Amino acid sequence: MTAVQPQPQPVQDALEVGTTATTVVRGRSRIPWRFLAGRAAFYLFTLWAAITINFFLPRMMKGDAVDQYLSRNRNVSPEAADALRTLLGLDTDRSLLQQYLDYVGLLLRGDLGVSLLHGLRPVTEVIGQALPWTVGLVGFATVISFTIGTIGGAVVGWRRGSRLDGLIPVTTFLGTIPYFWLGLLAIAVFSVNLGWFPIGKAYGVGMRPEWSAEFVGQVVHHGTLPAATIVIASLGGWMLGMRNMMLTVLDEDYVMVAQAKGMPNRRVLWRYAARNAVLPQIQSFALSIGFIVGGTIVMEMVFSYPGVGKLLLDATNAKDYALMQGVFLVITLSVLVANVLADVAYAFLDPRTRQTEA
Amino acid sequence: MTTDLRPAPAPELRTGRAPRARATTSRRLGSAFAMFRNRKSITGLAILGFFVLVAILADVLAPYPPTQVDNTARFQPPSAEHWLGTTHLGEDVLSQVIHGTRGVVVVGFLAAIMATAIAVVVGVVAGYLRGWRSESLSALTNVFLVIPGLPLIIIVASMFENPPLVVIAAVLGLTGWAWGARVLRAQTMSLRNRDFIQAARANGEPLRRIIGNEMLPNLMALIAASFVGTVTAAILGLTTLSYIGVIPVNTYNWGTILNWAGAQGAFRQNQWWWFLPPGLCIAAIGVALSLINFGIDEYVNPRLRSAGERARAMKRRGLDVNDPVTAVRPATQTQETA
Repeated sequence: MTAVQPQPQPVQDALEVGTTATTVVRGRSRIPWRFLAGRAAFYLFTLWAAITINFFLPRMMKGDAVDQYLSRNRNVSPEAADALRTLLGLDTDRSLLQQYLDYVGLLLRGDLGVSLLHGLRPVTEVIGQALPWTVGLVGFATVISFTIGTIGGAVVGWRRGSRLDGLIPVTTFLGTIPYFWLGLLAIAVFSVNLGWFPIGKAYGVGMRPEWSAEFVGQVVHHGTLPAATIVIASLGGWMLGMRNMMLTVLDEDYVMVAQAKGMPNRRVLWRYAARNAVLPQIQSFALSIGFIVGGTIVMEMVFSYPGVGKLLLDATNAKDYALMQGVFLVITLSVLVANVLADVAYAFLDPRTRQTEA
Repeated sequence: MTTDLRPAPAPELRTGRAPRARATTSRRLGSAFAMFRNRKSITGLAILGFFVLVAILADVLAPYPPTQVDNTARFQPPSAEHWLGTTHLGEDVLSQVIHGTRGVVVVGFLAAIMATAIAVVVGVVAGYLRGWRSESLSALTNVFLVIPGLPLIIIVASMFENPPLVVIAAVLGLTGWAWGARVLRAQTMSLRNRDFIQAARANGEPLRRIIGNEMLPNLMALIAASFVGTVTAAILGLTTLSYIGVIPVNTYNWGTILNWAGAQGAFRQNQWWWFLPPGLCIAAIGVALSLINFGIDEYVNPRLRSAGERARAMKRRGLDVNDPVTAVRPATQTQETA
C-alpha cells in the first residue's frame, strides 16, 4: 500500500459526529470523578478539623459551666453539682481520647447535649428556635443587597466615566464603617429621635409567635431597621466587585463584535457583558449564604434580635459550653454547605473550572 | 554547569527597564512600591500616616489623661475646655479618642504583619512546591478560610481574663491570614511556569534565591493588598470585640469608648459628642485603607482606571463610549482600542 492510494474513508454520519459545539455539550455530561472526590475529601477534612477544634475549645478555657451556674444559683448542693457535671460530661476521670470518642459518637447521633443557660433543654431545640429568626432576616437582607449591588454595579460599570462612578467610593465608605456603630446610629436616629421603628427585639412585648397578620406586621416592623442596616453595610462590596468585573468584560472582543453587529445596547449590557461578569458574584453569593448564620453576631447584639449570634454571645459569657459548641458547629456546617453550593454553582456556570481542575 | 559560567541575574531585564542600568537599592525599592504611586494610594497613606502620628504622640497631644475623672463636668457637650465634651464620669472624650488610636494602630499593624508573614510563607511555598506538600498546605489554608472567624475569636478571646494587646493581635492575625495565602498561592503557581523562573532554575539558582529575588518582587502588589486588607479586618475586629466587651475595658481603643457610650445610654440620650467621634475615626481609617487598596487594584489591573479615563476623554469629544454608531463615524478617526 502506498501513500498515494486513497485511504478508505470510514463512513460517518455528520449528525453523529457533530461540530465542536456538540463535543462541548457531550463533555458537559461527563462527570469529573477525580475532581469531585478531591472536593469531598477536602470537605470531610474540614469537617473533622472543625469538630476537633470544637472539642478542644472548652477544655482550654478556665472555669466550667457548673461553676458559673453555682455562682448564679446559691442553693445547689455539692451532690447536685457533681450530678450536673456527670450529666454535662464534665467529669474528668476519663481520658481525653475517651472523651473525644464519646463526643464524636454523640454528634453522629445528633445529640449536642443540654444547655444550662436554657433550663437544661436540649441544645438542638434551643438552636432550632433561634435559627429561623437569623436565617429569615439576614437571608432576606443578603438577597436584597446582592440584587441591588449586582444590578447597580453592572450599570455603573456600563456607564463608566459618568457621574455614577461616584457611587463606588460612597458605598465603599458605608462598608468600612463598623457595622455595630451604623446600627447604633440607626437606632439613635430612627428609633429614639424619630420614633419610626422599635428599638430592638424581633416582635413586641407580650406577643406569642403565631401566623396572624398582626404578628407578621410586628416582625416586619421590628426587622426593617436591622435589615436596612445590613443592606447598607454590605452593598459596597457587591457593587465594587460587579463594577470591576464589568470593566474587564467590556474590554473583551465579543462585546465589541456585538456592538458592531448593531445589537441594542440593552441586550449587549445584560446578555453579553453582565452575564459573564456575574460569574464571580454568584460564587461570592453562595459563600455569603454560609456567613448568614454566623456573620451577624454584632447585628443581633445591637438590635437584641433573638438569633443564633446572640445565642453564641450569651453562651460564651455564661460559659455554657454545650450551647457554645453547638452554635459554633452549626455556623461552621452552614459555611461548609455554602462552599459546596459555591463549587456546584461554579462548575455548572463555568465549564472551564471543570476542565482545568478535573 | 559551573558557577563561573552563570550569568549575573539582572533584575532590570525582568522589569523591562533600560538594560544595563545600575540596580541600586533605592531604585529597586522604588519599583517594589510602585503600586503606591498614584493619587488614591497617596491620599490613603497620608490619612493613615496622620493616625500613626497621633498614636505615637498621644501623650503630647491629649489635653487630659484619658481616665481623669471630673465630677463637676459630666455629660458636657463640646466646649472650649473639652473640645469633644465629656463622658458620664467627666472624662475628656478627645483625650480618650487620641489615646484610643494607639491600641487600634498597634493591634492593626501587629495582626497584619503576623497574618501577612504567615500568608507569604504558606502561599508562596504552597504555590512553588508540587505534589502532596502543596496540596496539604492548600488544605490547611482552606480550613482556615472556612472556619468562621468572628465566633472563633470571641470564644478564644474569652479564654483570657485580661489579654494584652499582643495576644489580641495574635488571635486576629492567626484567623486572618488564609485569604492572602490563597491569592498568593494562585499567583505563585502562575509565576512558576514563566520563562524567567524557568531560566533561573536552569541556571541552578538556589530555591531561596528564586523565591526571594525572582518571585517576591512580582508578588509585592498582592502582598501589599493582602496586608492592607488584613489591617482593615483587624481594626474592625478589634473595635467590634471591644464594643461587644470581650476585650476588657482597661486597654483603651475606639471600640472601648463606644462600649462605654453604649452602656451609659449615650445613643438613647443623643450625646452625639461621645459616640460620633470614635465611629468616624474608625470610618476614616477604613476609608484610608480602602483608598490604598483601590490604588493597588488599579496598578494591578490598569483597565479599572483607564476605562473611566477613556470614557471621559471620548465624552469630551462628544462621543458616547457605549454608542457603537459613533465609533465608525469617519470624523472620530481614532477608534479607541484597548
